[in-house]
Amino acid sequence: MTPPTLNPLLWLIPILPLAGAAINGFFGRKASRKAISAVALVFCGAAFALALWIAISFSSASAPYYFPLAHWIRSGSFSVDFEFYLDQLSLVMLLVVTGVGFLIHIYSVGYMWDDDGYYRFMSYLNLFMFFMLTLVLAKNYLVMFIGWEGVGLASYLLIGFWFTKDSAAAAGKKAFIVNRIGDFGFLIALFLMIKHFGSLDFTRVFAAVQSLPSETAGAGLLTAIGLLLMVGAAGKSAQIPLYVWLPDAMEGPTPVSALIHAATMVTAGVYMVARSHMIFERAPTALMVVAIIGTLTALFAATIGIAQTDIKKVLAYSTVSQLGYMFMACGVGAFSAGIFHLMTHAFFKGLLFLAAGSVIHGIGGEQDMRKMGGLRVYMPVTFLTMSIATFTIAGFPPLAAYFSKDEILWKAYSSPNGSWVFWLIGVITAFITSFYMFRLWFLTFFGDYRGGPATHDGKHQSADTHARHDKADQHGHGHGEPHESPWVMLGPLVILAILSFVGGWIGISGRFEHFLAPVFQSGAAPELAHETAGEAAGKGTETLLMLISVAAAILGFALAWALYFRRPQLPARIATGLGGLYQAVANKYYIDELYAVLFVKPLVDGSTTILWHGVDQGVIDAAVNDSADAARHISDNVRHMQSGNLRSYAGWVAAGGAVVIAYMVWMGVQ
Amino acid sequence: MVPLSYYLVLSGILFACGVLGFLIKRNIITIFMSIELMLNGVNLSFVAFAAQWHALSGQVFVFFVMVVAAAEAAVGLAIIIAVYRTRETLNVDQVNLLKL
Repeated sequence: MTPPTLNPLLWLIPILPLAGAAINGFFGRKASRKAISAVALVFCGAAFALALWIAISFSSASAPYYFPLAHWIRSGSFSVDFEFYLDQLSLVMLLVVTGVGFLIHIYSVGYMWDDDGYYRFMSYLNLFMFFMLTLVLAKNYLVMFIGWEGVGLASYLLIGFWFTKDSAAAAGKKAFIVNRIGDFGFLIALFLMIKHFGSLDFTRVFAAVQSLPSETAGAGLLTAIGLLLMVGAAGKSAQIPLYVWLPDAMEGPTPVSALIHAATMVTAGVYMVARSHMIFERAPTALMVVAIIGTLTALFAATIGIAQTDIKKVLAYSTVSQLGYMFMACGVGAFSAGIFHLMTHAFFKGLLFLAAGSVIHGIGGEQDMRKMGGLRVYMPVTFLTMSIATFTIAGFPPLAAYFSKDEILWKAYSSPNGSWVFWLIGVITAFITSFYMFRLWFLTFFGDYRGGPATHDGKHQSADTHARHDKADQHGHGHGEPHESPWVMLGPLVILAILSFVGGWIGISGRFEHFLAPVFQSGAAPELAHETAGEAAGKGTETLLMLISVAAAILGFALAWALYFRRPQLPARIATGLGGLYQAVANKYYIDELYAVLFVKPLVDGSTTILWHGVDQGVIDAAVNDSADAARHISDNVRHMQSGNLRSYAGWVAAGGAVVIAYMVWMGVQ
Repeated sequence: MVPLSYYLVLSGILFACGVLGFLIKRNIITIFMSIELMLNGVNLSFVAFAAQWHALSGQVFVFFVMVVAAAEAAVGLAIIIAVYRTRETLNVDQVNLLKL
């Protein structure tokens, strides 16, 4: 590996959004909305421009960039510094985060314009960008962990953005607490690294790992670290069993769902696993667990997505499912395929959420797909962009996800770590994905508008009440006809639609993989050779598998078309026919209820009876109160001596004197 | 010559009478006189010791005590007169405004 070169611009990328967040956070309350938007967009845009600038210079450079900003921890031989690092992997993440993030910032200007907390929202968004960029650009695990926790904080703040609504506040807490469980694993992994490698720096840790043998025979240190990292990744990236927070996180404003809970933050776990590929490659057991968790999550979440009626919930489960694909890719050792899908997913899922937000915006805050329909007439641009996104995620060629998903499925089948089981489940998931996405598409844009009685008095409400649509306003306030969103929102949609269309082409004939090869090859050198040997023989198989997955996508489309376009009455009948199974799916397999019984209730009850009533009230409070009571009882008894009667005092003095004298006399006699 | 112990016993008796009077009498004048009695009981022991040990310091102490007692008598009697004018009584148990 070539030694990294110094690039003093690197640290500016995360700092710029932080400055924007600080300015808006401290001075935004009194500022005009235009000033707030300008600050937020300029600082975020500057970060994006800088990222592009660095990317251009990077493409001609041969070595990774790094920049040590400041010393942090120095303790004996152990040291952690604020150091930033840029290689091909973080460059991809950097461009995705700043690019998609900037687009969503623009979109938010339109979407959140009329909200009272506009300055707060923009400040939080910028803060999120800061932490996400810190996470992506970190040179060691601890700085990464700062970003990791920071995006969790920003996520919490933005999910609970409308904190006066109970469900939003609860969802924010849920996301934060579930993430803590994952972070616990991540932290222990860090401690293990400190103990055994004496460093958290990527370069030094991986150098130490490289000298260790692969743990094929049994589980050892690397397996433990890998599994603990996976616990962290499962929390952040919403994998089984910690995925439960992501669907609830849809309580946040839609731009937040697009930015944090689809495009960037939730992919941090994938990034972290890919970044730690050196560790995982030497721990096949951990890698296998990653693949199994990813595959199961992909299938599991996709099935839940079928029966959801809230447009954002469908997309949320879809996100969980797609993240499962990424982990499946990482788990079979195809890290570059996972990152590739991460990138295309950021485009099309960001687009899906933004388009869904545009729909919600256009019909007055309604999120229930059963009350949509026929919207393609009212909002043609949204319809067009959403269609591209839908066809993309379903895996139709030549759109972006076709390439990335196909890459994953092929690797799941052909990689030495893979197996046909992963591939089969992946294809089934692709079919389900196609089905529920087209279900959403048909329900939203086709048929007749099923929304509340549109007021036909021609009153087209000006945009001033729209920003609070997400607050689940009932539709009763006479929103008027569904309408297209302003261009400040449609612009990002169009750009993302183009990216969703062409974004996959950079992966044709393995170009993306070659681009990332310097990052991943170092650990997987023998594997690569194996692959090229098998590739020639597997060309025919690859084409066959590709055709099967395209067929699955078309089948999903056809089924959705048949059920939700041709015979819209049929789904209800099927649902009643399936009875309990449909109920289970619609209720998300009762996982939330199960967790409530298994973990939440015992914890709350235990805390109430043992910790609150037992320890706090019984021991700590009791100690303080009882000692005060004892002091009062004792003083109660002796306070009668202080009668206020002067002569009684004199009597005491005289008696005391007499006692002293008697004592002295007695001693004298002795 | 009268032995020292006689003086000390007398002094003790005088002091005890003073204490007793201070404790049991209610009339403020009597209490005041009891205090004087205690002082003089102490004075007696001072001069007795002074005579015994041929040390003048004991007698000097007595002079100091008498000066203080005179000053005290002047101030005390003035207070008593002031109290009597406002409260119309010399009974200390009724002069208890400061008591709770």
